[in-house]
Order: sequence, then C-alpha cells, then structure tokens
Amino acid sequence: MIPPEFDYVAPTTLAEAVAALGEAGEDAKILAGGQSLIPVLRLRLAFPTTLVDLSRVPELRGVSEDADTLVIGAMTKHSDVVEDPLVQQHAPLLSEATATVADPAVRHRGTFGGALAHADPAGDLAAVALALDAELVAEGPGGRRTIPARDFFLDYLETSLSPDEILAAVRIPKLRGSWGVRYEKFNRVAQAWAIVGVAAAVRTEGGAIAEARIGLTNMGSTPVRPAAVEAALVGASDRAAVVAACAAVAEGLTPPSDLGAQADYRAHLARVLTARAVAHAAGMSS
Amino acid sequence: MTDQMDAGIVAQQIAEHPDALSKPYAGGELGRGRRRKEDAKLVTGQTNWTDNISLPGLLHMTVLRSPMAHAKIVSVDVSAALELPGVIAAYSGADLADVMGASMPCAWPVTPDMVSPVHTPLATDEVRYVGDGVAVVVARDRYAAADALEAIAVEYEQLPAVVDMEEALKPGAPLVHSDKGTNQCFLFDFPGAGADYAETVRGAGDDAVVVRRRFRQQRLLPTPMEPRGVVVAPIAAADEFTMWSTTQIPHVLRVMLALTTGIPEHKLRVVAPDVGGGFGAKLNVYAEEILALVVARKLGRPVKWTESRSENYQATTHGRDQIQDIEIAATKDGTLLGLKVELLADMGAYLQLITPGVPVLGAFMFPAIYKMPSYHFTCTGVFTTKTPTDAYRGAGRPEATYAIERIMDELAAELGRDPMELRRQNWITHEEFPYEMVAGLTYDSGNYEAATDKAEQMFDMAGLRREQAERRERKDPVQLGIGISTFTEMCGLAPSRVLGSLSYGAGGWESASVRMLPTGKVEVVSGATPHGQGHHTAWSQIVADSLGVPFEDVELVAGDTRSSPKGMDTYGSRSLVVGGVAIHKATGKVIEKAKRIAAHLLEASEDDLDFGKGTFSVKGSPEAKLTIQEVALATFAAHNLPDGMEPSLDSDYVYDPENFSYPHGTHLCAVDIDTETGFTKIRRYVCVDDVGKIVNPVIVEGQIHGGLAQGIAQALYEEAVYDAEGNLTTGSLVDYLVPAAPDLPHFDTGRTETPATSNPLGVKGVGEAGTIASTPAVINAVVDALRPYGVDDIDMPATPERVWRALQGSDEERATAGTVSYGGSSTGSTGGSASSDSLENDGSAR
Repeated sequence: MIPPEFDYVAPTTLAEAVAALGEAGEDAKILAGGQSLIPVLRLRLAFPTTLVDLSRVPELRGVSEDADTLVIGAMTKHSDVVEDPLVQQHAPLLSEATATVADPAVRHRGTFGGALAHADPAGDLAAVALALDAELVAEGPGGRRTIPARDFFLDYLETSLSPDEILAAVRIPKLRGSWGVRYEKFNRVAQAWAIVGVAAAVRTEGGAIAEARIGLTNMGSTPVRPAAVEAALVGASDRAAVVAACAAVAEGLTPPSDLGAQADYRAHLARVLTARAVAHAAGMSS
Repeated sequence: MTDQMDAGIVAQQIAEHPDALSKPYAGGELGRGRRRKEDAKLVTGQTNWTDNISLPGLLHMTVLRSPMAHAKIVSVDVSAALELPGVIAAYSGADLADVMGASMPCAWPVTPDMVSPVHTPLATDEVRYVGDGVAVVVARDRYAAADALEAIAVEYEQLPAVVDMEEALKPGAPLVHSDKGTNQCFLFDFPGAGADYAETVRGAGDDAVVVRRRFRQQRLLPTPMEPRGVVVAPIAAADEFTMWSTTQIPHVLRVMLALTTGIPEHKLRVVAPDVGGGFGAKLNVYAEEILALVVARKLGRPVKWTESRSENYQATTHGRDQIQDIEIAATKDGTLLGLKVELLADMGAYLQLITPGVPVLGAFMFPAIYKMPSYHFTCTGVFTTKTPTDAYRGAGRPEATYAIERIMDELAAELGRDPMELRRQNWITHEEFPYEMVAGLTYDSGNYEAATDKAEQMFDMAGLRREQAERRERKDPVQLGIGISTFTEMCGLAPSRVLGSLSYGAGGWESASVRMLPTGKVEVVSGATPHGQGHHTAWSQIVADSLGVPFEDVELVAGDTRSSPKGMDTYGSRSLVVGGVAIHKATGKVIEKAKRIAAHLLEASEDDLDFGKGTFSVKGSPEAKLTIQEVALATFAAHNLPDGMEPSLDSDYVYDPENFSYPHGTHLCAVDIDTETGFTKIRRYVCVDDVGKIVNPVIVEGQIHGGLAQGIAQALYEEAVYDAEGNLTTGSLVDYLVPAAPDLPHFDTGRTETPATSNPLGVKGVGEAGTIASTPAVINAVVDALRPYGVDDIDMPATPERVWRALQGSDEERATAGTVSYGGSSTGSTGGSASSDSLENDGSAR
C-alpha cells in the first residue's frame, strides 16, 4: 500500500491513547483492526495526519461479565468474539453474526469496536448491537460516558463519538429467558457486504412470541430497529402470523440503491429475511 | 558402464556418486498424477515475482491516469511534481513523443479496411478512457512517486463519453477517434463453408422453425492474483536493456518492443520471472512496458512500475463485452438447418495486441458440435471510451459456446423437445470423425456420446428431473433447474497457415530444445512461458517418458529470451498441444543421435538396437546395453564417436501444428433457486471432459476446477459496470464480485479419453475448457428453473435481483413472436433486462 504520509503513535494504555488522540488534533484517526481504514488510506481517500494505533492497549481487549451484562473490549477481534464462550452463552446472536463478517483474514484483524465506530450501515454488527440494546462506552479527556446503541449511530459513517473520544468497550445485556436468535445475511459472495441483513432475537412463551428485537443491516444510512414490527410480532404463534407481521418491515425506510441492489429489491428482501429470521429464532421455521 | 567408454576424470567423479548415471526410469510417467514441482517454492514464498526484484539505484515509476472517459488534453504541467523531494523526472505524453514510438501494436488486422487508431503509451492529444495514461513520474521510492502524481496539473476539455455500442454506431454519435470518422472498427463477414443460410431456411418452407435471441456477454475484469509490473535495467553504455515483466509472452513482447521503440531486438532481453496468473490479460504489449523501457533509457537507471489492483482494473485489458444476435433454424423434427450470428464486439478505446481477433476467433466455434448445412457469421467491432478489451480465458470460444448452448435449449423448448435429446439428434457421432464443419474447421476426433452418457450417469439426470417435476407440482419456493452444456472448443493456437489466412501477424509454432548434460540430467528449453500452468512438472514427465530418465532429473528453462530465445509463448491452451509436442519431437531427435553413438559404442548396427526405458540394447544380446545417460557422458567426453558426428545430443525442434485441438465434454449443472429472494445456489455440478491423452491428471483437474470457477463467475457473479459518463463503477474487489471457495460447489469431475489424432501425443488443450463449458451450463439451469414462470432468458450475471425481477415479470417485455422472414414459425426476444439498465445507471452510493 502506498498511503499518504502520516505520523504514527502506538500507546499502551487507554489513558495514553486518549492523550495521544488529543495531542494529534482533529485530523488524527484511530487505527483499530484497520480493515476499513487501511483500504481508505491505500486508495488515498483520507489524509490523516496521525494514526493512533490501539492494538497495543491490552485493556481494550477481551470479554468479561459485569453481573447481568457482558462487557466486550472494543479491540476484541472478530475471531475472538466468535470463539468466546461467554458471548456464545449470553449473546449468541453476536457470535452468529460475527461469524459472517467478511472472511477469515478480516475476522482475525478486524475488531468489534472498530466495526461499530466505523458505523457502516452495511456492516453486520451495528444492527446486532442495536437489536441487543447494547451500550457503548466511550473514553475521552472528560472521562467516561455510556451511550445507548440507539443514540450511537447518527448517519452513514457517523456516530455520536466526539473526535477526542475512543470507544473502549461495548456492554451487552445478557439474554435471560427463552430466547432464540438468528442473523439472516443476504449477500452474493461470502466475503461481500450484506445487501440486507436481519438480526433477530425472539423470546417465546407458551409457543407464542412474547418479545422480539430486530436490527436491520443496510436498510438506511444507519442500522434500523423496526419497532412497529417488533410490537406486531408479539403474540404471533405460527409462521403465517410472523410473515404477516413482518410485511411492514420496510415501511418508512429509505434503503440505498447501489450496485448491490435497488431500493425496492432491498425492501422486498427485508420482508422475506425478517420473517425468516424471526421464524427461525422462534422455532417456527416450517 | 561398458569398457568401451573412457570418459576420464568426469567418469571417475561420477563413479563416486553411484546413483548419478544409473538411476533407472521406472516408466509410467505419462498420465501419472505427479505433484507439481513448482509448488514448493510458491507456497513457501521463495518465488521471484517481478515486484520482488530490486536493483541498485532502482527508481519507481507511476502513471497519472485520466479521470475522464473522454477529454481533450489542453495542458499538462509537471513542474510542481519535479519540485518534490525524491522526484527524479516527470514526463507528459508530449515530452516522450519522440521516444515512446508512433503507436503500440495490434497484431491482428481482421479485415483489410480495419480502422486502426494511433495508440501511444501516453495520450498526447485526447484521453479516451478512464485510466488512459497522461504523464509519468519517476522517483526514488513508490511513496514519493505516488505523492508526485497529485502535484501534476492537467487541464482537460471534456468530450462526450461513448459507452453503449449500439449508440456508438448511430449516425451523428460522438466519435472516440474523431479523425477516423466512425466508431466502427471493422465488419467481419464470414459466410461459412456450407450453404447459404437464408436460402436453406427458405428452402425448408413451412417446415422451418426459427428461434432467435439476443445474448449479452458482459464485460469482465481479469483478476490474476498478481497484478502487472515491470522492471527495466539498462546498460547505458551498450544501449542494452533487460526487462522483467509480468507477461505471458516475453518472446512476442521482445519483438514488439523492438518494432515499437526502435531499440534493436538483439539489444533487448525480456524475462518473465514467476508470473502469478494471466488469463489472457498478460498476453499483451502494454504502455507501461514501453514507458519503463524508454524512461530507463532516457535516465540510464533501472526503473520499476507496479500497479495496484484499482489500477489493474482500469489499465489492464478487459474481457468479453459482446452483444450476440443469434438465430437458429431447424425443421420441425429438430434437424438443424443453420445458424446466423451477428455480433457487436466492444473494442474499448484502442486496439491492443489482439483485440479485434478475439470475437473473430469465435466465428469458427458457434456451430460447436452440431451438424448443420448452413452458417453465417458477421461481427462488427465498435470503439467506445472504455478500457480496451482483449483475450480473456477462452477468448472468443466461451462467447460462442454460450450462445449456441443457450439457443439449443431455447430451440428445444420451442419444439417441445428434451434439450439433451435434441443435441443427440444433431451432434457429430463418434463414427463420423474426422468431420468437416460448416465453419470450415476439421475436427479430428471426439466422442460426445461417451462423455454425455458418463456425465448423465454421474449426475443422476433421471432422479433430478423427477425431483424437479415434484417441486414444480407442489410450487415449492425452492425450484430446481437443470442445465446442459455439451461443448467443444478449438485450442492449441495454432497452425501458422490458418493464422496467416486470418491475417494474424505471426505464426503459431512453438520451439523446444532438449539438452543432455554430462551427468545425464536433462535441461528442456521451451518457448512456452509458464505463468501457473505447471509446465515444469508436465514437461519433466514428457521428457522423462520419452528419454527414459527419472522425472527428478529434468529441469525446465523458460521465460527468458536469453536462455530460451525462441518462442510464441502461452495462451489459447497451446502449451501442451504445441509446446509439449515440440518437446516430444526434440527428444526424438536426441534419441536418434544417441542411438547412433550407442550403436557405435556397442559395435552394433543402429537397426539392431532397441530403445526402451532409457536403455539401448542389442537385439538378441540383452546384456549389451547402454543407458542414455551413459551415452550422454560418452558424448560429452567425445573420445569415441562415429566419424564426423558432432559431440552433442542436444536437439531443437520447432513444431507447427497441423490442426487445432478440440477438447470436448458434457457439463451438467443443477441449481436451486430461492424464488422468494432470487438467490441461485449450484447444488450439483458434474463435468466429463475429454482432453485426449493426459500427461498429468492432477494438473488437468486443477485446470478444470479453475476454469469452472471462472465460467461460473461469469454466469452468476462478475460484471464490469460503466456509468453513463464512462466511469468504471466496479473498480475494486468490493464491487466486482470474484467468487471464492465458499461460493462454489463441489465439482464432480470425470473424464473420457479420445486421443487427438492430429499430434503424436494424442493430447488436447485443457487450460480454457472449464471456463468455456460452464457458463452456459449454469445459465441453462437457471432458465430451466424459471421457465414455468414464463422466463426464457436472463442476463449475466444472473444476480439474485435479476432472477427476482424476472420472477416478478418486471423484466423488460420479451417479444414472444419475432418477424418471420423465411416462412415457418419464428420466435425471438431482444433480451436485455430492465434491471441491468437501471443498475448500470445508478452508481454505488457507498
């Protein structure tokens, strides 16, 4: 790669990293796993003055528990998320979705926090974070603050992190009760971005849906939580009811038209895939 | 060793290493599944890619490329770039006009009046595609060179882009080359070797059934793992140059560089070091090769240029891009009457080495394996403001095979016939070979029945057809489609006289030299240049089998015009059927010479010598024998040779094939289509290929697998898309979808073996067969699944969205009845899906 010239710092603690970011000023960029930033540099589409590399900050890596919450370090690699037993137990939707991210090489470099902070609506994990009511922990010169996922994703590639803040961890409430999950990813080749993705977590009681949480990938400029469909799904007890409830999933959305798909096709896919994801998660597949 | 031999000190030394001369040849080398000799270094990173080459004082060149599809160059100012640290030189096209040659070569003027525009390595007056070179920078490192590009100021005056071939041919269309007065490059008219098509169909009267279709061969981006690169090292005082290039054709390149730049051929050495795939895209003479050469000459210092993948997609030739109007006629009982083909072929902005020849090569393949009395082919080459097209794996034959195999299915549907049964009715039976085709070729051998029977059995055709009926019956959301491709192709390019008759600028021979070293080892020198094919392994097997020496004792010398000075290089599945045969013939001459010497040493008559498994023995007295290695040593010593005999076994052969080779096979594909999403999943892929005698089944299998992947890629995944302004919107691997292992099915491969009769090894080419065969098999399967929904064609790639739209009936209205011009019934469609247009006009939002 032949990027433009930049300075490079590799702090070893989060405090140092925040300080380095502050010092480097507005045109600095945080380097996490580099799976989005490096291609941008290679194509000379960005000209940061400084890269603050977080890969040597151990406190940003790993998965732990905090009572009813799972805490995942922002620099935890996708491959580690997929393999982690705590994630598999308490946030299986995240394990399943992360396993579909790009290809093994990317999953061994790319990080959970990096993917969320990049906020590409075609990325798989933002919709999952949204569906799971995750909270994002940001560290800045003013200290630490916690941002609910629904307030985090502002627009295409835009989050509520301020330029001097670093995403430190992601807190995901553990699923308690009879939950089923499913990530339906639709793409043309395995390593490609999702044309549409649907993350679904569904709690059933007595054979009917008691609670549904859905996150949509690539159906707008941010990940989308279709609240009306979630509400309509409550009480559904067979596949037909699920399909009926999901028919409205694209209403009010403006999915992109691009080389991957036209908007009307994306809307159609969202309906089909949401029904499939929910039915699968609810055990109503056939 | 025998006591007649006295090889002195060398013999003594060899005697201390007893295996050196006595390793016996075990036999069975031809057809053996050897692991490839070249792979150990490839998988351990000990390769010598062009970009790995570093030389003292090496400078790095970068090319500033046009961001516009079509514009007049008002001015180019490189002065700011020259001010930057590390920058040695920067040149505009005008700066290099006197040294870079008048025009880059096109070696294939397909018609006498072909329009051949000037194509300089850097544009001087106008840029004509996004990626056209405008200036170069030479700097101490790649970073400085890349930075300096941004400092060059170019003023453009925008001209209209010419993107659509049909629009380009309309009167008053903006011109790609205004001095030529037309966007039409050529009109190639080939009436075939049979009866007149229109008369034949008219003659059949009411019994004629005519089906026509318009198929689109989308533009494809060849994606070798290794992009292009070049290094030039000058010896300034001698005005001599060594060029290392990622090329398939170092020999052709040397000739063309000499002709283009005026640097004498004998002062140029061209080396193709390890080359990481080409697929036809490195079968060319590129601007950057000439630029690196003339800049290195100007500066007297070594220069390197390496392209990025994005640059590769803009500046390396593209493949396919044809519109095919095809019409097939048969009598109502299904007997073919003839075929009419009208092609539009997109040349892009300029003619590269064989740009116009690629679609014309297809002229000979449309009739494929079928007997028919009449055939007419025309092809119109069209200039557009896009990257030039040129050869891409199959070059002309995949396009033809796609069209004929697709329309055979459509004819079967029209006649209400089983598509395989209709093929059987019309194909050449194995007793009929050699068979003179309506397109003028003579197929030497083949057995389509055997390959098809075997494939159908492996596929379980009956079982799948049953399941298909059941799924249709119960309106299963997942529908099953079954596709057939019974293909042949012409490869082993090519008999020189045929190339001459097609106005190609060179011959189609290949050269080989076989050198017996004093210790009995063998160096085989080939003019075929490997870039992934496994030449080291296959040639070792041919030489080992022929000379009777161990496989391990053979080494290949190739890819360097100094050490393998004569060659026509590697493309068109020619390495084995031309280059391999040349090697085989050269070994025959070695054996002839060795036999004379052996007879002399054994004091026997040559007629009394037998030769087998590397040993000469006297008939009737088997203890009197010499191995070929012993003869080699004796020849080296030269103490006791027949009178007047030169002390050398080394032999050359330049082989000019008498015919093409015609591999064939039957490919069967079953797809599951999710009718709710339009997603196509290949669930079974069976192919039985007949590539004649096999030298190495592992290499054959690898070629088939890779070929299938590329053919399936065209059917389902890959498409180069330009927007209305002439920008390549699929300019990276994010948007240009190359399938990888997880996207491809298990390949169930089988073989039949019908030896070629036109060469002594009985071999046929295999490098392109999988690509040629697989695309129509997949699309026929997709259309088969959708036919109950009223769908009778789909554009490639058959994306989920296109399939879904076809199922919604929102595809562009397809005519159900075309005009009837010959009597009889006729159906046609003008193809082209609505989705493709709207997709192309709507660039990526990302």
